[in-house]
Amino acid sequence: MKSAVVLLPGLNRDRDMIAALTKISGQAPATVWQTDTEIPDVDLIAIPGGFSFGDYLRCGAIAARMPVMRAVAEKAAKGVMVIGVCNGFQILVEAGLLPGALMRNASLKFVCRQVKLQVANANTMFTRRYKPGEIIRSPVAHHDGNYFADAATLARLEGEGQVVFRYAEGTNPNGSINDIAGIVNERGNVLGLMPHPENLIEAAHGGSDGRALFEGALGIAA
Amino acid sequence: MKARITVTLKNGVLDPQGKAIEHALSGLGFDGVGQVRQGKVFDIELTGTDKAKAEADLKAMCDKLLANTVIENYSVAIT
Repeated sequence: MKSAVVLLPGLNRDRDMIAALTKISGQAPATVWQTDTEIPDVDLIAIPGGFSFGDYLRCGAIAARMPVMRAVAEKAAKGVMVIGVCNGFQILVEAGLLPGALMRNASLKFVCRQVKLQVANANTMFTRRYKPGEIIRSPVAHHDGNYFADAATLARLEGEGQVVFRYAEGTNPNGSINDIAGIVNERGNVLGLMPHPENLIEAAHGGSDGRALFEGALGIAA
Repeated sequence: MKARITVTLKNGVLDPQGKAIEHALSGLGFDGVGQVRQGKVFDIELTGTDKAKAEADLKAMCDKLLANTVIENYSVAIT
């Protein structure tokens, strides 16, 4: 299974994402730049975390309007898997590939710590290696992770099982509605989440709870 | 032509920054401050002279970039 990583000015977790995909899949992902209008033939496109365009205007707003995001949308429409982590999640909602919005943390503070996540839907391409309801650990590091959606959108997300990860055991770090940490689109091939599973994939990270996400998406045996 | 676009959070959307400002104003001794909501203002210079076209363009700018209509409202004023 092949992967690609989207590069934008101001991202800072791109190396972590590239390292994780390389270690888990055994081959380095292709990289695509913001101005690229075509993405190579891959199974998974990852948009890493960071502060694209300095978070100007709104987090992810400028990145979402760059040419590469039109290419990502075309691939997503064809069923290619897309994962956006942290700023990548913000970019996906700004691009309209996922519903809702990510607002300033309710505490107004940047949070950088480990949280617990409950796998709210283990029946997606991204979570199939986890057990339903399983609690995993994951680092978070963000200032704008407070997920919001209007009541109708929220009801649809909950009803269709599109809420994939929830902050568990009172660890919601940002005030997000219904403790939402990650969601998928209706088709289930686009995932956005605030936590950083790519930063918990091997013993040197202090655990490997995030590894199964990439193994599941890439169809790699554990 | 000059235009001013004002972007504000929709009713019902939590505004922690507005809340913090509200508390700070009370702390400074300003009595009678109710709810505070924080927004954004964009002053845009336009080279055209067609006011109707400018208004349509400005609304499109808001829908496509300047406002996130999931959580924000906008208003356009041309001077």
